[in-house]
Amino acid sequence: MNAPLRRVAISVLVLFTLLIVNVNYIQVVRSEELRADPGNRRVIYEEYDRQRGSIVVDGTEIALSVETDDDLTYLRQYPQGPLYAAVTGYYSVRYGARGIERTENDVLTGDDARLFTQRLSDLFTGRDPSGGDVVLTLDAATQQAAMAGLEGVTGAVVALEPSTGAILALASTPTFDPNLLSSHDAQGVADYAAGLEAADPDPRLNRAISDNYPPGSVFKVIVSAAALSSGEYTPDTVIPAPDLLTLPGTSTTLENFNGSRCDPSGEQPLIDALTISCNTAFALLGIELGEDRVREMAEAFGMDGEGLDIPMGTVGSSVGDIESDAALGQSSIGQRDVRMTPLQAAMVAAGVANDGTLMRPYLVDQLRAPDLTVIEQADPDELSEPVSPEVADQLTEMMVSVVAEGSGRAARIPGIDVAGKTGTAQVAPDVPDHNWFIGFAPADDPQIAVAVFVANGGGTGGDVSAPIARRVMEAYLEGGGG
Amino acid sequence: MTGADPAPQVAGAAGAPGTAPAVPTRRGTELVMLAFAVVITLAAQCVVDITVTGSLRPELAAFGGWFTALWAVMHVVVRRFAPYADPLLLPAVALLSGLGLTMIHRLDLAGEQVGATATREDAPVQLVWATLGVGLFVAVLLVIRDHRLLSRFAYTLALVGLLLLALPAVLPASISSVNGAKIWIRLAGFSIQPGEFAKICLIVFFAAYLVDKRDVLALASRRVMGLELPRGRDLGPVVVAWLLSILVLVFERDLGSSLLLFGIFVVMLYVATERASWLVIGVGLFGAGAFLAYQLFGHVQVRVDTWLDPFAYRDEGGYQMVQSLLGLGTGGLFGAGLGGGRPDQVPVAKSDFIAAAIGEELGLFGLVAVIIVYLVLVERGLRSSLIVRDAFGKLLAAGLAFAVAWQVFVVLGGVTGLLPLTGLTTPFVAYGGSSLVANFALLAILVRISDAARRPAAPPVQPGPPQRAMLGEAPTEVVRP
Repeated sequence: MNAPLRRVAISVLVLFTLLIVNVNYIQVVRSEELRADPGNRRVIYEEYDRQRGSIVVDGTEIALSVETDDDLTYLRQYPQGPLYAAVTGYYSVRYGARGIERTENDVLTGDDARLFTQRLSDLFTGRDPSGGDVVLTLDAATQQAAMAGLEGVTGAVVALEPSTGAILALASTPTFDPNLLSSHDAQGVADYAAGLEAADPDPRLNRAISDNYPPGSVFKVIVSAAALSSGEYTPDTVIPAPDLLTLPGTSTTLENFNGSRCDPSGEQPLIDALTISCNTAFALLGIELGEDRVREMAEAFGMDGEGLDIPMGTVGSSVGDIESDAALGQSSIGQRDVRMTPLQAAMVAAGVANDGTLMRPYLVDQLRAPDLTVIEQADPDELSEPVSPEVADQLTEMMVSVVAEGSGRAARIPGIDVAGKTGTAQVAPDVPDHNWFIGFAPADDPQIAVAVFVANGGGTGGDVSAPIARRVMEAYLEGGGG
Repeated sequence: MTGADPAPQVAGAAGAPGTAPAVPTRRGTELVMLAFAVVITLAAQCVVDITVTGSLRPELAAFGGWFTALWAVMHVVVRRFAPYADPLLLPAVALLSGLGLTMIHRLDLAGEQVGATATREDAPVQLVWATLGVGLFVAVLLVIRDHRLLSRFAYTLALVGLLLLALPAVLPASISSVNGAKIWIRLAGFSIQPGEFAKICLIVFFAAYLVDKRDVLALASRRVMGLELPRGRDLGPVVVAWLLSILVLVFERDLGSSLLLFGIFVVMLYVATERASWLVIGVGLFGAGAFLAYQLFGHVQVRVDTWLDPFAYRDEGGYQMVQSLLGLGTGGLFGAGLGGGRPDQVPVAKSDFIAAAIGEELGLFGLVAVIIVYLVLVERGLRSSLIVRDAFGKLLAAGLAFAVAWQVFVVLGGVTGLLPLTGLTTPFVAYGGSSLVANFALLAILVRISDAARRPAAPPVQPGPPQRAMLGEAPTEVVRP
């Protein structure tokens, strides 16, 4: 019986080899695929086992992890959820992470390479590993003012510190409550998400950075900058400002807001044209300057490129194709295919405010290890120099005039010179206009630059958006900001 | 050439009176290896406690003492009553059962961690079962001083085995059915799977029966395509075994036991007769049976479908399988570490899917190590079978060793997606009293046979014909006074 016994012994060896080969296949070849399987809750458990770092604004935690009794050890909480939702995003078992929660995930989880020594010491001291903190550039009072100003409307506010590019406020309405997406109650989360999905306008859309809109007259600041930079114009240069303009090569006519008259003489100084936001004057000015100069200036302010990472990705802004002088005329007043994100609009204001130097906008001020040592401190970075300091001064003078005696009077702050520009953009027939305001204050020593966008506000930039901008700038200046 | 090599003949000749060379008992080796297995187990227990709860549990000392004592007792009993036994059998089982106890304890902790209400501590219960198993091991070694004794009770054991096998089928489902398989007897809070004991009884019977009938069964009637086919009327036993396993499948819905018993029988038949044709006939019959079962029974179809593509049924029948694969995949090469993974994500991880838990926390290396330990256990059993002198012992050892191998293959193959899932337990490792106790009995018989295999042959006490199997020629009454 020994011959068959030996064969049985060898067969057993073969069977076990099969097992081992198969286990190798599953645990090595298919390991990555199985680990990443959406049904694999182990990876989630591992993540929730560690205390995630906090997101901090002005010394207050706006996102933090607290220990729970349930299956997932830590619960993500947002004490002022809707206020900061456009920035924090959410951290959801079911839907993953968005916003800062996503872009700074490595630091928050503690996986970031710069936290390696921390992890090592945790290992040896037996301390539970935890993630690092993310300190934001936001100013709490400014953010609150932005959200309060946007209450009841659909829109966005972006406020920047002109000298650094630090983002002081970033708001988008309607907002949502990240607590309800980050909860461990799966059914509750699914129900809330379904509600957001069905809502119109969509609360999940970050209007400040993730969508762009026709800027209307806000774009005239860029055309003005191109004109002044050409050396052929000063604020006092008199330019044609007819009541009605027939666009070259077409029978299309372009008129001023509500068909009003810019100047009885049919011409006016550049500064006056901006102050009252004369459409015909700027259409002609753009055509006179030519597409190249207008487009180059827009690009210098950050348009026509990829969106910046602040660190969340943003969509770009664009001038659009300009195939004729007629198109150039329409584009010069911020219509046709010109599109700006509210962030881009704020950058235009900030570039003028900072003596013509545009700083790269950023949201993260500091990254801190769990022991509060700073592992990274933001270093302000120059993005471009769209205009010279002299031109910036001239633009400031013109924009102060807009607020002092023109379309932006609602942004006036007693005792402080405010520079600004309104925008009222046509969207489509029978659809209410978008209302814009960009500006900065104080005009002689700018501490804050702001862009306010109200979608389909129905009024003008001057009466809908300028008061919001004023509120935001006041909140920052009163708080001693800067 | 004549007289050139007489030496090998002398050395090879069993029973040269008085001059048998001293065979080392290797008990020292066994002791060292056992200590190794116990130390690994205790270290693993410490790692689990510290990783999961941060401190050692107070009962750990008691557990360690108890576990060590069990193997000390086993070792002493073997040293005294089976001194020539194979030195690797006990350590292999010690390592497997120690690892099993550790994983079960680890899963107990996982249950408490998630705050599940009324979590039962299964590890202490399993330790009690292990103690009963050791008791049975000692009893078997003490009572059965010569494995050939077992052949006298072959028919009795066959009857007992069949009864045990059939019992759950005839009992009401409230007592015998768990998750659709009617293979349990649940009484007073305890569940036993009589099939585990039936397996051993039937293997003993198969061995005795086949030794007796192997000459007849080896007779060939004609050759067909290079195979020597047995005579038609000799097909009886294999058909009976086949019918038996089909009945188990039909009435107990137990794919695993059915596959296990039939596989063991066919292999034993092959070893006894040395005719490969039996393997072919066995595989053919099994194939036909499997095909029929697939056509006729919904639960078999579900099993096969979920095996072919578990991810397509991930929310239904394939859930367990998918969780097992996800756990194994997440474990990867080195595993999450004991206490570092989430093996409790797999339903019934303690029993059917304990291999998935091992693969998740100890990784590929850990799981392959476990497979190799099983391989060592099985191959040492087969080695004993090779060198033992009597045919019954040979066949019995081969049957028992192959039973372990086949069961491990079917279970691990199921858990890792190589084969359809069956309800079998992982020997010595998985949670489950009957399986553990029964396998300790199996181990005792293997130890007994290996002792006989390595024991220097005693001078023939009674000259005369060798004591060959007495079943056919002499009814059992003859040996009774």
